[in-house]
Amino acid sequence: MQQFLEIISKPDNIPIILLLVGAIFFSWLAWTKARRNDALEAPVEATLDDKVQVWPYLVRVEFLATIAVMAILVFWSVFLDAPLEEPANRALTPNPSKAPWYFLGLQELLVYFDPWIAGVVLPTLIIVGLMAIPYVDINPKGNGYYTFKERKFAIVVFSFGFLVLWVSLIVLGTFMRGPGWNFFWPWERWDPHYVAVLTNVDLSELLFNIPTRLPNNAINPVAMMFGAVVVLGYYSIGPVYWIMKRKDDIMQKLGLVRYAIVSFLLLTMGGVVIKIILRLVPTAFGLNPVKYVWVTPWFNI
Amino acid sequence: MALMEKFRKTELYKSIFRHSYQDTQRNRALQIVDNVFLHLHPVRVPRHATNIGFTWGMGGITFLLFLVLTITGVILMFYYRPTAQYAYEDMKYLMNDVPFGPLMRNMHRWAAHAMVLTVMLHMFRVFLTGSYKPPRQFNWVVGVILLVLTLLLSFSGYLLPWDQLAIWAVTVGTNMARATPLLGHEGPFGPELGMRINNDVRFVLLGGTEVGPPTLLRFYVGHCIFLPLIAVIFMAVHFWRVRKDGGISGPESKKNF
Repeated sequence: MQQFLEIISKPDNIPIILLLVGAIFFSWLAWTKARRNDALEAPVEATLDDKVQVWPYLVRVEFLATIAVMAILVFWSVFLDAPLEEPANRALTPNPSKAPWYFLGLQELLVYFDPWIAGVVLPTLIIVGLMAIPYVDINPKGNGYYTFKERKFAIVVFSFGFLVLWVSLIVLGTFMRGPGWNFFWPWERWDPHYVAVLTNVDLSELLFNIPTRLPNNAINPVAMMFGAVVVLGYYSIGPVYWIMKRKDDIMQKLGLVRYAIVSFLLLTMGGVVIKIILRLVPTAFGLNPVKYVWVTPWFNI
Repeated sequence: MALMEKFRKTELYKSIFRHSYQDTQRNRALQIVDNVFLHLHPVRVPRHATNIGFTWGMGGITFLLFLVLTITGVILMFYYRPTAQYAYEDMKYLMNDVPFGPLMRNMHRWAAHAMVLTVMLHMFRVFLTGSYKPPRQFNWVVGVILLVLTLLLSFSGYLLPWDQLAIWAVTVGTNMARATPLLGHEGPFGPELGMRINNDVRFVLLGGTEVGPPTLLRFYVGHCIFLPLIAVIFMAVHFWRVRKDGGISGPESKKNF
């Protein structure tokens, strides 16, 4: 526990504490505002739409905020020194080696995915997906005020992505991943000699005992086919759902292109969650954790 | 005070301050329009836009932190040489012997962390108020680009102290580039396309096969010149678009509900 307190009070980890506190506080704030607006006929913001002059009504808020931020920053900088460790030494690898805090959610994903997915494809999809939001969200309601009732789906998906997949994976990656990127509970000491005894299996092996590799170490074509069916089958939920529901009003409004983008991004987000579950849940039942769903000579998923 | 009154009537004073400071509607408007910095604002805004509970002030604070980072960053540049030989020693010098050196460096680092945080929270607020909806779709895209630039700025600055923390955090981060599909030597279809450790995308990023002196120089130039320049351009577009898209978002009007 003492070590955990040391880790959370490391100067470089303060932003993560602030992120955690900020995310919770602002979620609560937005939630109360949304509930209040949802109970009214018109949102509070709409009743405050008379114009006020920027000088002084806005400029003074900015001025006070500036003073407050500068005061906090100076205080923070006077009392806490930025870390400066030993000189760079390529021959001495620290264990664990961690990326800067804002990338630790992505580094945590390396437990569940190969680097090309965790380090390249998923970050790219996050960026592209964020950029796509305004063009795929065709719900005209909730523009410029807090609401939940009018945009349940959008808010649930975004909050899940931000609060669960981004913030809590950062917290997990920073505070609970010790030497060898092994998991440690807050009350456990980070033991550098700890060896997690895990025999990874692939999904085909866990479910049907189909070995991924043949005795001569070549990839088993049956296992590869199985993986392809699972992954492509999973992504075909998108087209199948479209065929079933394409006559629905909402699908008509969305159109095929928008639907394809939304369904692909959502299924990928869901896939990340499924892969995390496949990795963590089997160990709780005494089974081996799943490493890959689909193994091919060129890439593994 | 009489002297001040006299001074106010001089050509010099009038050439600098175009209007009197009497509290009139007109002067309040001129205060904004006649000031190059303040005229980023409109003259008048809807009342809810001045409510910090609505805006959280995160966008403005992000900009403030960017200004703090620019100023402290320029000061730090006076004491820092981006070479493997001197970088770490310069850090030690800065932290131990330069007057206010630690304060400048600490402010630079904490403001950088805080900026990453405020960008995220700004984005969260903009999402929750639906402010990316028409006509502001494109400004959200610009905002996402600014988020990426903020992360890149922070990440490139992370290497500059040239200590163990820096070099290994950047090693871990840039190792991902090995695995880039098609363009990395360990990525899917990378080797098939002729990617090797000394010609793939990571090699371009690092200026070598590992994080070394050329990486330090690359990240330094990127951190101090290239990325801030790009960020300033996108910030200009971002702020300009806020105005052009109708100012801060809000519900249309209560009669539409």
